[in-house]
Amino acid sequence: MKKITHSFIAFIALVLASSVLFVPSVYAQQKNIILATTTSTQDSGLLDVLIPVFEKKTGYFVKTIAVGSGQAMAMGQKGEADVLLVHSPAAEIKFVADGYGINRRLIMHNDFVVVGPAADPAKIKGIKSAAEAFKKIAAEQGLFLSRGDNSGTHAKEKSIWKASGVKYEDEKWYQQTGLGMGQTLNVASEKRAYTLTDRGTYLALKKRLDLDILVEGDAILLNIYHVIEVNPAKFPKVNIPGGKAFADFMVSKETQGIIKTFGVDKFGSPLFFPDAGKKVEDLGK
Amino acid sequence: MNQTMPILEAKNLSVERAGTTLLDVPHLDVEDGEVLSLIGPNGAGKTTLLVTLCHLFKYFSGTILFKGRQVGNGLSAGQYRQKIAMVFQEPLLFNTTVFENVAAGLRFRKAPRLEIEEAVKENLERFGIGHLADRSARTLSGGEAQRTSLARAFAVKPDMLFLDEPFSSLDPPTRESLINDLEKILDGSGTTTIFATHDRIEALRLSDRIAVMNKGRILQVGAPDDVMNHPADEFVASFVGVETILKGKVIERRMGIVMVSVSGREIAVIGEHDIGDSITLCIRPENVTLSINPSKTPTSARNTFPGTIERIVPMGLFQKVELDCGFPLVAYVTHDSVGELSLCEGADVAASLKATAIHVVKK
Amino acid sequence: MDLIFEGIKKAFLLLVTLDREVLGITFLSLKVSGLATIISVLIGVSTGTVIALNAFPGKRIVVSLVNTGMGLPPVVVGLFVTIFLWRNGPFGFLGILYTPLAIIIAQAIIATPIVMGITVAAMQQLPKKLRLQILALGATRLQMVWMLIKEARLSLLAAIMAGFGGVISEIGASIMVGGNIKGYSRVLTTATVMETSRGNFDVAIALSIILLLLAYFINLILTHIQQKERPR
Repeated sequence: MKKITHSFIAFIALVLASSVLFVPSVYAQQKNIILATTTSTQDSGLLDVLIPVFEKKTGYFVKTIAVGSGQAMAMGQKGEADVLLVHSPAAEIKFVADGYGINRRLIMHNDFVVVGPAADPAKIKGIKSAAEAFKKIAAEQGLFLSRGDNSGTHAKEKSIWKASGVKYEDEKWYQQTGLGMGQTLNVASEKRAYTLTDRGTYLALKKRLDLDILVEGDAILLNIYHVIEVNPAKFPKVNIPGGKAFADFMVSKETQGIIKTFGVDKFGSPLFFPDAGKKVEDLGK
Repeated sequence: MNQTMPILEAKNLSVERAGTTLLDVPHLDVEDGEVLSLIGPNGAGKTTLLVTLCHLFKYFSGTILFKGRQVGNGLSAGQYRQKIAMVFQEPLLFNTTVFENVAAGLRFRKAPRLEIEEAVKENLERFGIGHLADRSARTLSGGEAQRTSLARAFAVKPDMLFLDEPFSSLDPPTRESLINDLEKILDGSGTTTIFATHDRIEALRLSDRIAVMNKGRILQVGAPDDVMNHPADEFVASFVGVETILKGKVIERRMGIVMVSVSGREIAVIGEHDIGDSITLCIRPENVTLSINPSKTPTSARNTFPGTIERIVPMGLFQKVELDCGFPLVAYVTHDSVGELSLCEGADVAASLKATAIHVVKK
Repeated sequence: MDLIFEGIKKAFLLLVTLDREVLGITFLSLKVSGLATIISVLIGVSTGTVIALNAFPGKRIVVSLVNTGMGLPPVVVGLFVTIFLWRNGPFGFLGILYTPLAIIIAQAIIATPIVMGITVAAMQQLPKKLRLQILALGATRLQMVWMLIKEARLSLLAAIMAGFGGVISEIGASIMVGGNIKGYSRVLTTATVMETSRGNFDVAIALSIILLLLAYFINLILTHIQQKERPR
């Protein structure tokens, strides 16, 4: 018994001592950056490639909090993030206009696609306009899964519904998952449902999914990512140089080069198209 | 210092809980080296008194002096408790080996290892449980467990020992052998002991003095003889084994003897009471002798009463005979006598008792 | 079924090849949940003992509060810890949101009532007179309490198991206050959820198997100690 007690005390001492290892993170917080971003950048694996490069280069430590674009901006509004990487343009513009963010810069785009089961019960395959396709889904009452989480994808989906002019909320065939993109795709695949997804996440998960791309190429389906620095004037605790360093890194030539080739080896085609320095109006042309 | 100073002196001890008095002891002395028994029925306050005397009870008023120093003022409760030890009715052993149990008190005192080993071995042997040293305390029989508990208390070489009915949950043979051993050990060690029990036989065997308790009060303290033969009141009398308690009135008085009228019969007793006094008579059953024909068997007994046997109840070594002599009377008779006198229920007999064997309690 | 076999194969592969990321996640899980459990044991056992051994007004209310706390939903804890640790929250100056330390705090908050509740029950199950007996043998108050804890050790081991089991498998709080940051605050549960959403079911299954094995081995060790102690 005594032996057990002693070894137990020794174990506690050891673990407490090792906990001291966590303490430096408290003192080194000026080196920490909180990046609030959409799930698609994490789920696609892009950030896993970019962030180590950034950290190595600058010595900053990036805490990536992958949430929907809506929540990412909510964090920015409370000063709980230093820099945002998001894809919800209308909300972003309001965010900056309200003074929460500065220096909004274009990073990259890919596009959204409408996916669904190969059987395509609502017969939308080949329709050029996403809004028309949504109208058809509504008419045929094909099961449609929405993220429902205020993410950039969700915002985009709502804008397409608006363009289609049909009533969709509270309809039986319209369901919200409340989950990230990857999860929502998994659910759609299981339930044989239609959903709107960014191409990157879809490609990353494609091998496990029973979903085909049915509608693509419409201008409305453009998925544009911006980086926004949180306005330090509003929140003194925000890591200003850190946020700026990350934003600068994202538009740098090297990073843009990485984005350009990311995913090619795995999926045969890039997941994102680098756009730093371009104008939004010129995209997709 | 005064040589005859008591080792423990308690003054004005009182414990109250929720408005009821659990303990009210104005004064109690314990002499160095004596064994004092506390006897009384369950719920008499024996445990409360012991626990209070050990200073284990927060909620009491009064003072306790140990060797002349007041506990809690000059002598801290902690220091005091390191000089005493208590054993409860349940063994309350720790979930470890017998050895470690007996060592516990010394470990609390941070005694050196060798001293602990020596003391533990000595006390295990003392209580005849040396072979159990490495056994888990949870595997012991009731007797072994209580022996371990006693050894644990003795191992700290206490100046005073408090025992709270340590044998009451044991079966008779186990109990008998443990009492024998404890008797020897107490004789040998001379440890001052307060010993609570509801069994007067245990008390008689082990103690130098007996205190009888009821309802939180000490009714009488004295030498065993004194308490047995001269109970202070009816309660003490009945508790120490007086079977017959009679109420009567003094009707005659001459030369140190008074005649008492009880239910129309006259009983002579030794006393200096005034005529008209109401008194209570206590008669121990072993002091009543029975005979078939009073004229043929003369005795020195002054009081002889004819009576009828109501009931005969076997009581181990004796038969308890309940008589109706105009007043109820109980006698203890040996098995042999029952045969010789061919006693049976309904038989007529004569009961004799000496005037000196009747104890008088004034009302 | 194929998927499960593939997952098991992958788990085996990740384990035998000592995949650095998986090992890192596993050790972090152990460390974080282990530390949280130790903190909860220090707080829970001491406070639980104080509650159990003392009579005070409102004791019943306190005990029922503790018992309610045993079922504290991790997400609720996660939410409140997040709010408190926000930069602009009351403890924002610590700057520990999205760190392993924040997970430890949240998990300790989850495990403490579990350990405390079981401790209170265990202590109250000991014979009442045991305390008097220990004091009557000359123990100081501290020695008495330590002795009682030793007497209740089998139940307390169960408390540790319950606490650890609760936090190592907990996800809601870990992801909210830890942020699931790669190589830093990513633990087995948050990694499992992320790999699932990435569609890497084999890795997710592998991580689950590791989590199960971990929980199993920790409990095996504790159960072993407990059974060895139990009287024949």
